[in-house]
Amino acid sequence: MEWLFSLAPDFLVDFWNWLPQWIQVLAENLLYIVLIMVPLMLCVAYVTYAERKIIGYMQVRLGPNRVGPKGWLQPIADALKLMFKEVIIPTNSNRFLFLLAPILTLGPALAAWAVIPFFDGVQLSNLNAGLLYILALTSMGVYGVIIAGWSSNSKYAILGALRSAAQVVAYEIAMGFALVGVLMASGSLNLGDIIARQEGGFMSWFWLPLLPLLAVYFISGVAETNRAPFDVAEGESEIVAGFHVDYSGMAFAVFFLAEYANIILISALTSLMFFGGWMSPFGSMADHALLGDGTHWFILKTMFFIYIFLWFRATFPRYRYDQIMRLGWKVFIPVTIVWLVVEAVMVVMQVGPWAVSTAVAAGGA
Amino acid sequence: MSMRTVKHYLKSFLFLELIKGLMVTGGYLFKRKITLQYPEQKTPISPRFRGLHAQRRYANGEERCIACKLCEAVCPALAITIDVEERDDGTRRTSKYDIDLFKCIYCGFCEEACPVDAIVETDVFEYHFENRGENIMTKDKLLAVGDKYEESIAANREADAPYR
Repeated sequence: MEWLFSLAPDFLVDFWNWLPQWIQVLAENLLYIVLIMVPLMLCVAYVTYAERKIIGYMQVRLGPNRVGPKGWLQPIADALKLMFKEVIIPTNSNRFLFLLAPILTLGPALAAWAVIPFFDGVQLSNLNAGLLYILALTSMGVYGVIIAGWSSNSKYAILGALRSAAQVVAYEIAMGFALVGVLMASGSLNLGDIIARQEGGFMSWFWLPLLPLLAVYFISGVAETNRAPFDVAEGESEIVAGFHVDYSGMAFAVFFLAEYANIILISALTSLMFFGGWMSPFGSMADHALLGDGTHWFILKTMFFIYIFLWFRATFPRYRYDQIMRLGWKVFIPVTIVWLVVEAVMVVMQVGPWAVSTAVAAGGA
Repeated sequence: MSMRTVKHYLKSFLFLELIKGLMVTGGYLFKRKITLQYPEQKTPISPRFRGLHAQRRYANGEERCIACKLCEAVCPALAITIDVEERDDGTRRTSKYDIDLFKCIYCGFCEEACPVDAIVETDVFEYHFENRGENIMTKDKLLAVGDKYEESIAANREADAPYR
């Protein structure tokens, strides 16, 4: 905040100092929240553009290119259109829950950003139980989907909601186990500490010792966000649009935002927990402006994983429902458990990366 | 565990087939795009293209149609309605020549049946109706279209003449 004081005229600084403590704290946090939310919402808008463009290119099409130069204004046009559309509330729906559902879906996806470290110490709240907080919030999202499906009072919506609920529950477990692996490797639930433990360049990030867990985590993340090839909750060819058939206008837009906010979140988390977050892949050049550590690495890594999300969607056909369940319960969960045991053995034998962080990993002693 | 099971496990756990699929789409990302930007770019049109109908005239301005009703007879969609009269100069002419574009299936049979090349289909395909009834192409409208596009109609007929 100091640099702001140096810019502001004296009477504003005096006014600030005159304010009670709690207002100062509140205002400061609100400022940070706005600083995170505004770019995030813009990113969400432009992920939709990137998706249409990239999938278009993969299908040998051009994608949106009419609104603005190269179609850059397309997301703005979409947003304007949705804002001016009527929000239709079905007659026999539960009005309160119907409108609550989109908010419940979007809220957790945005709230999780509170603990994401953008750089060393640059985060809204340095929570010691950051990983738990993230786990808790990412599993909240499914409530929005279930409530949307139920309150719409429509067969398609409820089918989509039920599918989504079962799927998210199944993959939540595998995801949680994958994060236990990260926890064992870093010895901390604090996201800042998790990144700090990955110091030393590309080869010392967690992706290498935790490779199977990375695969499980990322694929579970795709399933968790109900994205292709795990998008049975939407299943446009079978149940039209699944849980959000009855939504229109801004209520639908909020679901849409939530989906893309979740994609960005999962991508950011993958880069944080397995790819060293804002750490530079060239560990030895840590002082260089571009090649050294910095938020730009975090953004680049996150963008890479977002791209993979879109790539998956352009490539894979939708999973059959029973195959999704089989993959979640009978493949991912055993794989993670086996790898946790392997990892535990590696920790005890002090193999590879655990030679350094033994004291922490072996029980925090 | 047989060799096949081991192979199967290796294949699925190394995501071999998934990566193959990703490589295909990844390759197409950089391929030349085949999209045609329609209003600015258009596909080439054959001289045999069957679009909006027209009636042609001879060079001296006389309408070609002699009301032989062959087109009306051959039309599989019954889209053509013709009334005949004797004009003051004693020639046989149509007093009414209507084509219902809603009924028309653009088969081009009328054009083939015509002994005097009067009814033709032009290569105009960008047209629309704004009111009920505009779908009926009356004789006046057909002749107007013919006058407007005579140049391209004649050129197309000539280009296709060797194959007729």
